[in-house]
Amino acid sequence: MIRCNDVYKSFSGKTVLSGIGFDISDGEIFGLLGPSGAGKTTLIKILTGQLTFDKGSVSVFDKDVFSLSGEDKKNIGIMMDQFGVYERLSCIDNLKVFADIYGVPTGKIKRTLEKVGLGDAGNKAASTLSKGMRARLALARLFMHSPKLIFLDEPTSGLDPQTMRQIHKIILEKKKEGCTVFLTTHNMEEAYKLCDRVALLNEGVIVENGAPEEICRKYNHQKTIQLHLSSGEDVVIPHESGSAERVSRLLADGCIETIHSSEPTLETVFLELTGRKLEEDE
Amino acid sequence: MRNSLIIIKKQIKDTFKNKTVLIQFILFPVMTLIMENAINIDGMPELFFTKLFSVMYIGMAPLTSVASIISEEKEKNTLRVLTMANVKPWQYLLGIGLYVWLICMIGAGVIATGIKKEDIPCYMLIMAIGFVISIIAGACIGIFSKNQMAATSTVMPAMIVFAFAPMLAMFNESIEKVARFFYTQQLKCIMDDMTFSTLKADNIWILVINSVLMVSLFFIEFKKKGLE
Repeated sequence: MIRCNDVYKSFSGKTVLSGIGFDISDGEIFGLLGPSGAGKTTLIKILTGQLTFDKGSVSVFDKDVFSLSGEDKKNIGIMMDQFGVYERLSCIDNLKVFADIYGVPTGKIKRTLEKVGLGDAGNKAASTLSKGMRARLALARLFMHSPKLIFLDEPTSGLDPQTMRQIHKIILEKKKEGCTVFLTTHNMEEAYKLCDRVALLNEGVIVENGAPEEICRKYNHQKTIQLHLSSGEDVVIPHESGSAERVSRLLADGCIETIHSSEPTLETVFLELTGRKLEEDE
Repeated sequence: MRNSLIIIKKQIKDTFKNKTVLIQFILFPVMTLIMENAINIDGMPELFFTKLFSVMYIGMAPLTSVASIISEEKEKNTLRVLTMANVKPWQYLLGIGLYVWLICMIGAGVIATGIKKEDIPCYMLIMAIGFVISIIAGACIGIFSKNQMAATSTVMPAMIVFAFAPMLAMFNESIEKVARFFYTQQLKCIMDDMTFSTLKADNIWILVINSVLMVSLFFIEFKKKGLE
C-alpha cells in the first residue's frame, strides 16, 4: 500500500527526516511514534504528496506519490492535527460539502454522523462542538467516502479518555472493513492497542520498528517477575525455569495478589533508545 | 467546474452565518439607497451618493471579502482539507471569485434601482469590471497572508487607497493627480459620464495596466506560495 524508501528531507539546511524507510501492507494499522518535533507531520505530508522531499522514493497504491490520479486521491483520507472543519456550518453542512465533492449520496451523511456518535448534533454549528466532537466530525468526514488508505495525525491528542476510546473503536472498525491506517501518535498505549506495527521516530530517524509486542519483548533485559503478596510484600524473582517452583508454591498457598512480568512498555523502549520520553513536550 | 459550484454553494451557506462578510456585501447598497433618498442638497450633482458609494463598494467589498475568505480557510486548515479532497486550487479560487462577484453584482443591482433605466447596462458593466479587478487584488492578499489577522493588516491600506482615493480626489487636485492611476478612479470617471463612448486612450491604458498588474501579481504569488 505504502512504500517509503530512504527518504531525506531538510528545511533551511536542517535535516528533519533522515533515511526513512518502511513498507505498509494492505489492511494494516501502522503507527509512527515520536515526541513533538520528531518529524511525524512532515512524514505524513510527504506520504500524502503535500510536500516534496530531497532524496529517496515514496509510492502509494504502487504509484509514485506525485503521480497519483484524482481517483487515487479520493481513496485517501487525511485527518491532520487541526481538524479543518467549517466552524459556522452545521455538522450536516460540513459533511455535505465533502459528500458533494466525493459524489457520496446525501443519505449517507446522517448514517456517518450516527456511526461516530454525532447523530443528535447534526444541526449544531461546528463552533459549538467540544474538541472531542470536532475530532469525531473530522473522522466522519474522513470515513464518509470509504477511503482505502487513512492518515491520522495524532487523532486523539488532547482528548478525554472516553472520546479517545470511541475514536479507537472507530479506527478498529475501519481496519476490519479492510482500511489501511497510518497513524502518528505520542501515546504509547494508543499505539500498543491499535497498531499492527510501529516505528519509533526520533529526530528524523527511525530508531526501531516492528510489532509492538515484539519490540517490547526484544528490549526485555531485566527478565524478572514481579509479585505482590497478600502480606503486602513485593517480590522480584528472575524470569527463568528455576523460579517456577517458588511461584507455583506461592500460588498454591494463595499468597499472590498480583503477578507481572517485566517487559518494558514502548515508552521505556523509546527512552532506552533515545534518552527521551515520548510525551516530554506535552 | 463542479467543484467550483460546490465551493459557491458552501460559501452561500457560510455567508448567512458570517456577519463580517455579510456586512461588506450589504453595507454600501443599503447606505446608497438611504443617502440618495434622505439627503437632497441644492447644487449636489445627480446620483452623487450612488457614484461615490459604488466606487467605494468596488474598492472595498470584493477586496476584503476574498482576502478574508481565503486567509480564514488557510488559518483554519479547511483549505488543506479541500485540496486533499482533490479540489484543485484553480477550482477553489474560481468558486470564491465567482461567488463574491455574483453577490457584489446583486448589491450593484440593488444600487442600480435608483439609476435611469438606460444607464443601468453601462453602470452594471462598470461595476462588473471593477469587481473583477478587486477580486483578483483580494485573492493576491489572501494567498500572500498566512492568517486572517495578516490579511486584515494588508487589506486595510489597499482598501483605503482604492476605495477612498476617488472620494478624496473630488476635493483635492493633488490627490486627483495620483488617484487617476488607480482603476477605481478611472471607473468613477466613466460613471460620471455613464458612457464608455467618451473614454480616452489613457483611461483605457490605466485600466488595462491596473488589471495586468493585479493578474501578474496574482500569478507570481500563486506560483510562489500556492494555497499553502
